[in-house]
Amino acid sequence: MRWLLGLSWAWLLLFVAAPAAILAGIGLLSPAETVPPLALPIGLGGYGGLADPFYLRALLGSLAVAAATALLCLVLGYPMALAIARSAHRRLLLLLVMLPFWSGILLRLIAWIGIFRDEGLINAALRGIGLAPLALLHTDAAMMVGLVYCYLPFMILPVEARLAAADGRLEMAAADLGARPWQVFRRITWPLSLPGVRAGLALVFIPVSGEYVIPDLLGAPGTPLIGRVIWDEFFQSADWPQATALATALLAAMLAAAALLRGR
Amino acid sequence: MVVCGLISPMGVSMRVLALLLLFAFPALAADRVVNVYNWSDYIDPYAVAHFERETGIKVRYDLYDSLETLEGKMLAGKTGYDVVVPTSEPTFSKLVRSGALLPLARAALPNAAGLDAGLMKQVASSDPGNAHGVIYLWGTIGLGVNEARLRAVAPDAPLDSWDLLFKPEWARKAARCGITMMDSAIDVIPSVLKYLGKSPDSTDAADLAAVEKTLRAIRPHIRAFASGGAVEAMAAGETCLVLSYSGDVIQAAARADEAGQGVKLRYIAPKEGAQLWFDMLAIPKDAPHPAEALEFINFLLKPDVMAGITNQVRYPNAIPATASAVAPEIAGDPGVYPPAEQRARFFTIGPVPPDATRARARMWSRFKGNG
Repeated sequence: MRWLLGLSWAWLLLFVAAPAAILAGIGLLSPAETVPPLALPIGLGGYGGLADPFYLRALLGSLAVAAATALLCLVLGYPMALAIARSAHRRLLLLLVMLPFWSGILLRLIAWIGIFRDEGLINAALRGIGLAPLALLHTDAAMMVGLVYCYLPFMILPVEARLAAADGRLEMAAADLGARPWQVFRRITWPLSLPGVRAGLALVFIPVSGEYVIPDLLGAPGTPLIGRVIWDEFFQSADWPQATALATALLAAMLAAAALLRGR
Repeated sequence: MVVCGLISPMGVSMRVLALLLLFAFPALAADRVVNVYNWSDYIDPYAVAHFERETGIKVRYDLYDSLETLEGKMLAGKTGYDVVVPTSEPTFSKLVRSGALLPLARAALPNAAGLDAGLMKQVASSDPGNAHGVIYLWGTIGLGVNEARLRAVAPDAPLDSWDLLFKPEWARKAARCGITMMDSAIDVIPSVLKYLGKSPDSTDAADLAAVEKTLRAIRPHIRAFASGGAVEAMAAGETCLVLSYSGDVIQAAARADEAGQGVKLRYIAPKEGAQLWFDMLAIPKDAPHPAEALEFINFLLKPDVMAGITNQVRYPNAIPATASAVAPEIAGDPGVYPPAEQRARFFTIGPVPPDATRARARMWSRFKGNG
């Protein structure tokens, strides 16, 4: 048993800690016109640039988008998880939740572009009933729809698992003892599902903080999110120390959020 | 049931793969290869087949669709590619300065003697002495227009000038039939600087502020920013004015003609000056097969091969001897082969320092966000 634990530690060290350390280390170097585009001396490197308010705005903007996505997923996903956990067709419904993962994410986003486009499905319908078309694609609203759509299963699955595993007799007992449905939910169901809710919030919040593809395809042009800013520093400015310093800062923010969600 | 459905096609494809590997391995061991990394839709497929038949060298061909992808890989090193096709600015010049490219052995490139000396001289600002690359294809950055639709909303619009896009009074009118702009700070800003009468290489903060002011004034009239797909939208008749690469517009125009929906597109190199760019054939410093790479490059520079490429992709090449073999409708298109008095007003750009690149990128993101 002990060697298994050692194996998982070795795995974490080799594939999580070591790359993160390399990433953080590159941030200490200076950019240069060489292959790779890095040079000594070791100094503040990209970390010195983090004070730039442009980066802070992008980081805070990304965290706000991630928090909004996580909350929206919770509001939409919790009732769905509850309904699935209580349903006689639980397996079928869970399969349907996971079904979209069987096709590529880009394909599904392009389908959303087809829906939101100026000449797309929604605007065709609006024109059909004589209303003025709306500019939908490349707006914050379109981005939020795309984010919630893509990450909703990550909320439903852990919450549902928790709710299905909870002992249903506790709720019955509460009802028998005179609790109203709302009280049963607040005092019994919700506290029992809380570990699932925490897991769901983390599973949505953390990847969305660094999300790059969905804002780029559906979002408003020019909303500077940290994923895009890191991309620009890496590929446009070829400033690897700045890009890795930003990535390290993002990683730190996510670790803090994860620790917070675990309630420590 | 569902699981079975998933597994069986995978099983079949694994078997096909195994068969392919069986055939591929002896061939790989015996043959010489060249690994080519080029833009998508940017070669005559017949040229590659012809090269393989003539030399017995196997071509492994990979595609990219943005300079960032190419540059990111090249700056990390050890790409395994033997021939790459970076654009003169910013990527080719940055790779030259970073020492990422092999100096070309001219003795192995006899066909390079056929290159247009004037054009090669213009690239020398990115690569002193033309040591690291030869011109593959070139073009300009300008405007694509759907003339009929533009005339319908603005009968007296100046169709030969940047005014059409950069003057708010015209942009407002053109907006009624749709304007798209390339989402690329590096490709748009030099043209705006030139339009404003500044040096297209200017890194001056006041000049950049003037560019921002010009762009912001027309921001409300821009329907979309596109890194790809802008010309497709225009070929489909959704928009009528686009800022883009010459060849992309000309390709879209040909596609619109084939579709037969009556959409007529035209490329305009504005009279105030259009930015010239060159896509260069180059060899990475750590290329595993440099000799084969030189053979491949030399083959592409053959006039009949190069003419086939221009006929296929509708970008001009830099080999004057191809003139007789280029299809007349392409050779006669002033968008592809601009007349001399227009070429005199083309300009090239030099390298942009990292701080200026960053300032431009931020200005661009502010501009896009002010919709």
